[in-house]
Amino acid sequence: MSKIDQIQADLLEMVAGLRGAPKEGAFNIRLNGKSAGHSGSSQVSIEFKAAGSGIDVRVAPGTKGEKIYIPVVISESGMREIVYNDFYIGEGAEVEIIAGCAVHNCAQGVTQHDGVHAFRLEKGARVLYKEKHYGSGEGTGERVLNPVTECFLGEGSYMEMDTVQIKGVDSTRRLTRGKVGKNATLIVREKLMTHGSQRAETRFEVAMEGAGSGVNLISRSVARDRSSQVFFSKIEGNNACTGHSECDAIIMDEAIVRAVPEIIANHVDASLIHEAAIGKIAGEQLIKLMTLGLTRQEAEEQIIGGFLK
Amino acid sequence: MLELKNVSFEVKGESRDGKKEILRDVSLTVEDGSFVVITGPNGGGKSTLARLIMGIEIPASGSIIFDGKDITGLSITERAALGIGFAFQQPVRFKGLTVRDILTLAAGRELTFDEACGYLVEVGLCAADYVDRELNSSFSGGELKRVEIAMVIARGTRLSVFDEPEAGIDLWSFHNLIRVFESMRDATKGAIIIISHQERILEIANKVVVIANGRLDAVGTREEILPELFCDAKTCRYYRGAV
Ligand SMILES: Nc1ncnc2c1ncn2[C@@H]1O[C@H](COP(=O)(O)OP(=O)(O)OP(=O)(O)O)[C@@H](O)[C@H]1O
Ligand SMILES: [Mg+2]
Repeated sequence: MSKIDQIQADLLEMVAGLRGAPKEGAFNIRLNGKSAGHSGSSQVSIEFKAAGSGIDVRVAPGTKGEKIYIPVVISESGMREIVYNDFYIGEGAEVEIIAGCAVHNCAQGVTQHDGVHAFRLEKGARVLYKEKHYGSGEGTGERVLNPVTECFLGEGSYMEMDTVQIKGVDSTRRLTRGKVGKNATLIVREKLMTHGSQRAETRFEVAMEGAGSGVNLISRSVARDRSSQVFFSKIEGNNACTGHSECDAIIMDEAIVRAVPEIIANHVDASLIHEAAIGKIAGEQLIKLMTLGLTRQEAEEQIIGGFLK
Repeated sequence: MLELKNVSFEVKGESRDGKKEILRDVSLTVEDGSFVVITGPNGGGKSTLARLIMGIEIPASGSIIFDGKDITGLSITERAALGIGFAFQQPVRFKGLTVRDILTLAAGRELTFDEACGYLVEVGLCAADYVDRELNSSFSGGELKRVEIAMVIARGTRLSVFDEPEAGIDLWSFHNLIRVFESMRDATKGAIIIISHQERILEIANKVVVIANGRLDAVGTREEILPELFCDAKTCRYYRGAV
């Protein structure tokens, strides 16, 4: 792996839990637009697309228990990039993919990373996809992350996506799209916190095409200060299937949260539920924690911390 | 250890002066090492009194003295730090905080798995099943009530107030609950105030207080008060229905 500085090393640990390159398995660490180190494994190949525009990751059928790290770190202010990463997960393979993107902006330029990830899961494949976003730096330049995730789930496959964005991203537009095949299941968990004057938009568009398919979207968010959040979700049931989405937001200060759920049943055996709740922290919860000796502020932190855990 | 002096409490209401009186001129002392049981009809003002002691409500007039110090103007947090604990009549649920998180906050220090379990076992919960569960809407009423009591045990406060701790708790556990209160008092050498309608709990009281209609209606030993409470409607001075 090429040399990285302290800020970059810290960011890498923050979003991917890595200190330096992984000791084993496949990985690609993208640093300021270039690969700072990569490796395949006997079961997983990583190939670069032309001119640093992304990678193709192929997981051999039947692979079990591999972890694939593909974190992105940007520490150059003013850098803007779009990256296309494609994942082909072979039949019956089970892998964990750890992505994540950290942006450090210490100057005035807008720093932006738009990561477009597409996952194609063959029959019976299982993927746990973790994506953590983080921004830091004292600069006035905006830190912008606009991830697009597309999931194509083949028969009997299973994909779970955990996305977390807790701090430091000024503007984000996240789009997650899915097509879910026969007896396949897609689960998306999103945790989001916005503060200052940050803006976040989340959009889910999932179509359940196969019989026995299922989707579960769980979004928990906290909006503080003058930040704003919009949550769109559209779940379409085109076969006998079960869909559930849940958007739960805590609103504080002068923040704004908007939730626009849509569920569409195109089949008599499609069963779809949407739950949405927006509200401030319940007064009773604060009082309870204060009777345990916490100050109001400590109580708020505990409640938010637990909610986003 | 605790003294209420002429405490009154009011909320905004429809009457001509725009106020509704909830409690009026309540005076009460609680001695070290004693069990005080507060009872009386629904809506009488018992929970309100407990909330005033904890600082959740502030009296319109009167004062509250704790260990010789006037705490009337102190916040909930400050009173908690001085050693007052409170188990709610209706416990609060938390999305995202586990039973262990809450017990840790209550104890004010990191707890080992065994310590956290210990508190749950005290209240008759099979600890391993509960310790890492979120204290959310999946908890049954009785389970929630027990965790609420476990929190106060974990705090180990000198003065602990329990608002109808037996409500929703099955009969089998009832005997243990009384034992829990006794061992708490022995451990903290403090006092325990229990709001209750239960005869069995009234029986352990050193002092019984009757709150009815926002007033302190009677106070005395259990021998003095109990015969008055469990009499029939015709002779009972606390029965307010048509005779
Ligand atoms: N904030 C408030 N606004 C209006 N009325 C209130 C308020 N708080 C309490 N009350 C009223 O004050 C009275 C006393 O309430 P409190 O909860 O103290 O009764 P309680 O003795 O604990 O009754 P229970 O045995 O049913 O628990 C009730 O009539 C209640 O409706
Ligand atoms: Mg009450």
